[in-house]
Amino acid sequence: MTDFLAQHAEILITLVKIALLLFIVLTVNAYLTWFERKVVAHMQSRWGPHRVGPHGLLQPLADGAKFLLKEDPTPAGVDKFTYFLAPLMALALALTSIAILPFGPDPIRLFGHDIYLGIVDLNIGILALFAITALSVYGVALAGWSSNSKYPLLGGLRSSAQMVSYELALTMSVVGVLLMAGSFSLRDIINAQAAHPERGILGWNIFPQILGFLCFFTAAIAETNRVPFDLPEAESELVAGFHTEYASFKFAMFFIAEYTSMITVSSLCAIMFFGGWLSPFPASWTFTHYLPSAILIPFGLWVIWDGIHYETIFGRVILPGLGTVLTVIGVVLVAFPFINEFIQGPFWLLGKILFFLFVYVWMRGTLPRFRYDQLMSFGWKLLLPVSLANVVITASVILLRAH
Amino acid sequence: MIPTHYYLILSAILFGLGVVAFIFRRNIITIFMSIELMLNAVNLAFVAFSQAWNRLDGQVFVLFVIVVAAAEAAVGLGIIILIQRNRQSLNVERVDLLKL
Amino acid sequence: MNAPLIIFFVLAAMAILGAISLILQSHPIHSALSLIVVMVALAGLYLLMGAEFVAAVQIIVYGGAIMVLFVFVIMLLNAGVEERTNVSKLAGWAGLPLAIALMGFLAAAVARSTDRVQAAAQTGATAPTKALAGLLFQEFVYPFELTSFLILVAIIGAIVLAQREKEKIRP
Repeated sequence: MTDFLAQHAEILITLVKIALLLFIVLTVNAYLTWFERKVVAHMQSRWGPHRVGPHGLLQPLADGAKFLLKEDPTPAGVDKFTYFLAPLMALALALTSIAILPFGPDPIRLFGHDIYLGIVDLNIGILALFAITALSVYGVALAGWSSNSKYPLLGGLRSSAQMVSYELALTMSVVGVLLMAGSFSLRDIINAQAAHPERGILGWNIFPQILGFLCFFTAAIAETNRVPFDLPEAESELVAGFHTEYASFKFAMFFIAEYTSMITVSSLCAIMFFGGWLSPFPASWTFTHYLPSAILIPFGLWVIWDGIHYETIFGRVILPGLGTVLTVIGVVLVAFPFINEFIQGPFWLLGKILFFLFVYVWMRGTLPRFRYDQLMSFGWKLLLPVSLANVVITASVILLRAH
Repeated sequence: MIPTHYYLILSAILFGLGVVAFIFRRNIITIFMSIELMLNAVNLAFVAFSQAWNRLDGQVFVLFVIVVAAAEAAVGLGIIILIQRNRQSLNVERVDLLKL
Repeated sequence: MNAPLIIFFVLAAMAILGAISLILQSHPIHSALSLIVVMVALAGLYLLMGAEFVAAVQIIVYGGAIMVLFVFVIMLLNAGVEERTNVSKLAGWAGLPLAIALMGFLAAAVARSTDRVQAAAQTGATAPTKALAGLLFQEFVYPFELTSFLILVAIIGAIVLAQREKEKIRP
């Protein structure tokens, strides 16, 4: 038995990593819905979910239970195979794209094996992500067509036309970063930004590639069908667009696919333009390594204080417990510098991902949506020429520098 | 290492299946898709030879074949849309006279 | 029976099953989905051979753009299940053996010539994409520019073909 384990250790480690990452991503998805509802609500001067559990923290559990227990009817006249395939395809592709992202620079040393944070490091990392984005058009188009109904068909066609149009601008806007890094691999892109660690934030790709970042972020919002580009699934326009005829669990699959692709896009923005796991402070400022603890300990103490004064008994028990856990983690990080050094990379990467997710949710609460013809002309007539210009300018500067 | 002739036999089988689909199906769009299948089989042969001789020319040619297939698909589907508009049918046996 | 050989047989079986499904399905959208399965299987085979850029381009361009075009046209034209017209009994009975004979002939011709083609020692160089790009832009730059012109012509052609007739302009 242990012989078998020793021989096939790589496969077993990868399987365990995949299971762990799936669990983490699905939990983050669930709490992302909570985060979105809370932030949009507070922007609109209302509470958001605050009944189910302290501060509404158990709302995702309630939503999950609803999705699992609701009736799942299949409309008459649908093309059965395609109707069942579409949400499956959308979810599978969205979850596969998480496997390519790296989450930290240093490996963990366990049982004599180096375990890198991240499932795999492909040397065509970015291209593989674009391949998955290209295939995810099918989830939407097939869902719209197979529903045998007018609104989903229109929503599906519009949405897939939008996704195909913005895919061009998406891939072009990244070429500048690829030229600067010289490789498709995501770890190499971050390492190219780490070439001058004393520059800190000035070494990141955002400053030379500001045009590329703006094009990428805009095109990515259009790819994930979020506000302001969510006409194909807007309630007042097309009932619910391509997922009108989908009920509980299949709708949940589309939902999870959309939020997972939001997480993937935020990670890509952080990795490609904002230095990934690099700290914005220069490497010589080692006191900034205590920043995670400096955030966790006061936050944990505030959660304890808030929990003591909470209205329900359940909240008065859970919140102080949560706060204690956070404070203890903060203290452990101060006490053990070895763990603190290890946690720096993932801390900054997760912080940047959370920031971009907040920007996504912020835009949802703030911006009105584009009309369809405005959307298409924006993608073809503005974004594509600007991203092409970015490629030409970047290539010219690199060529001139090389002389 | 997988011997090259395994890939070439697979390419030959896929090409043959593409020819069978081309001859036996009656929907214009399906016939067009069988042409794409034949082009894919040829691409597989190109990449197999590129690996066998350890040169990259085969892969460059595959890129050109993909680009030409894309251009051909765009124009061909435009023609198919016109045929559907004029004859109200996608059956290739109804497109056998120059007169409508 | 090592891992690459098993992967090869799995992907080859996927490709052949997809191609057979293309022939046998009655609705064109199911044939399109089968063709997508064939293309993804072929992309896997390209990865197995070490041609990673070609594999990615196959999925992005063929699977993500050309087949999307096919699926759009099938949806827009509302293509339904194929009707059976003019089935010739002779074609039905003689067709399948003839097809198998054709494939067998091609496969045998290939298998008999194996002594000429030897498998390479290693799978691909360290930076195949860089080498591919160098080849594309230095040795093959003339065909490369010609294909860009070809795509432009195809775009204009497709737009002109598919547009609706304009109303006659009254003087």
